[in-house]
Amino acid sequence: MLSSFLRKLSLGGKIRDGLLLDDKNVMGTAEDCVKPRSLCYELSLKDETELRESIFDILRTIKDPEKPQTLEQLDVVYEEGIEIKEATPGGVTVIRVIFNPTVPHCSLATLIGLCIRVKLERHLLAHFKLDIFIKEGTHVTEQEINKQVNDKERIAAAMENPNLREVVEKCIREEE
Amino acid sequence: MGVLELIQSLEGHKGRVWNVCWHPSGETLASCGEDKSIRIWMHDKSKWVIKSILLEGHSRTIREVSWSPCGNYIASCSFDATVAIWDQKSGQFECNTTLEGHENEVKSISWSTSGQLLATCSRDKSVWVWEVTDDDYECAAVINAHTQDVKKVRWHPEKDILASASYDDTVKIFKEDTSSSDFICVATLASHTSTVWSLSFDKTGNRLVTCSDDQTLKIWHQYEPGNEMGIPTPDNEPVWKCVCTLSGYHSRTVYDVDWCKLTGLIVTSCGDDVIRVFREEDDSDVHQPTFSLVCKLDNAHTQDVNCSQWNPVTPGLIASCSDDGTVKLWSYSD
Repeated sequence: MLSSFLRKLSLGGKIRDGLLLDDKNVMGTAEDCVKPRSLCYELSLKDETELRESIFDILRTIKDPEKPQTLEQLDVVYEEGIEIKEATPGGVTVIRVIFNPTVPHCSLATLIGLCIRVKLERHLLAHFKLDIFIKEGTHVTEQEINKQVNDKERIAAAMENPNLREVVEKCIREEE
Repeated sequence: MGVLELIQSLEGHKGRVWNVCWHPSGETLASCGEDKSIRIWMHDKSKWVIKSILLEGHSRTIREVSWSPCGNYIASCSFDATVAIWDQKSGQFECNTTLEGHENEVKSISWSTSGQLLATCSRDKSVWVWEVTDDDYECAAVINAHTQDVKKVRWHPEKDILASASYDDTVKIFKEDTSSSDFICVATLASHTSTVWSLSFDKTGNRLVTCSDDQTLKIWHQYEPGNEMGIPTPDNEPVWKCVCTLSGYHSRTVYDVDWCKLTGLIVTSCGDDVIRVFREEDDSDVHQPTFSLVCKLDNAHTQDVNCSQWNPVTPGLIASCSDDGTVKLWSYSD
């Protein structure tokens, strides 16, 4: 039910973040990437299970950057990989998403991390903190990728790169 | 315990505000962010008001702004890989110089105390030093010492000594080599276990505080050759030792730290939305100092705090900015 609700919602949203994959094609013409925010969730109204389910519902339909399947179909994201951690001193929810790259040397792992972050930030309206990690032992450069997908400055800069942004937009677009 | 009181919240930026910088007179504040604008705020009668908005200098996020020591220029750096120098010779601020050279995002910018040197750093791993003569900016050095993005550059408060913080988890100290007149790395400060986001010298320049994604603060002390502690100084260069680690206080990445030159207080900006103030204990041993948390304001902002800076003239006055799009002014009192 929740997922059908999601699909009906419009795709607009404010992009706040981005991420760097490599050093090529990073600079291009920048344009304003601020669109009206729509799709929304009230974090505070939900209990933990419900919140985890909503997060999974947002993530499951993300498309793999290379394959036609979704992250759920490829078992890249899974419900147990979503945890609600101890809140910040001010009571802000801390979400941890662990994902499972398809192959140990998958070069697209950072891009998947980026899609997860951008989609959640766009669709969960309430304030939250997000930490994204690769499932332990599933990737050769695990720590490197974890560091990269959680560096908000790199993410912000990457999402100002039109090429990267286009790829992310394509992956997180909801089918009508 | 000290108290932080909100003086005013300054609204106007759209999206994340990355950085604030006080004018040397302490009477004006500049802020910048995701909306590619620089906003200049002034104190007018009883409150702070927007004085001007600088646009069209950059095509992407403006990451940092910095007033020149003379107060007549603003330097800004951006994810668009450029640095802009703004002056108000025409009566209002205009960008009349753009410095190019970095390959990608320029993350930090700092004027030396004399105003004759400008340092910049980038995701391209390099630190650049520019020589400033009147309105001419010439690249004096490109330093490739870090192995990853360089997040922050800051000059020593008196000397032409430069410190940089990096995604490679280290801080490096540079100074001009008298024989080759090139900038060389004279010290590497390694102890943090993740990205070092920012750093600040104390008023003497003999100590540094650094903050990191590892959720700690570290205090470093410089030992000169022939120091009384008998700490060895290879190559006759001063050695920097970590003399204190403050852990357990911050619950997420610490994005910025500022050591007040007037009061000796340290303020931190954290990804847990909290602003914290630390004070050195009165009986603190300089070689093994102790600091205590004297103020912690939960929800200082509704999202990550990116930067907090002490006013250079009014003790206890702080400007902060956040992902929540606001700039806030605070008054700290014991």
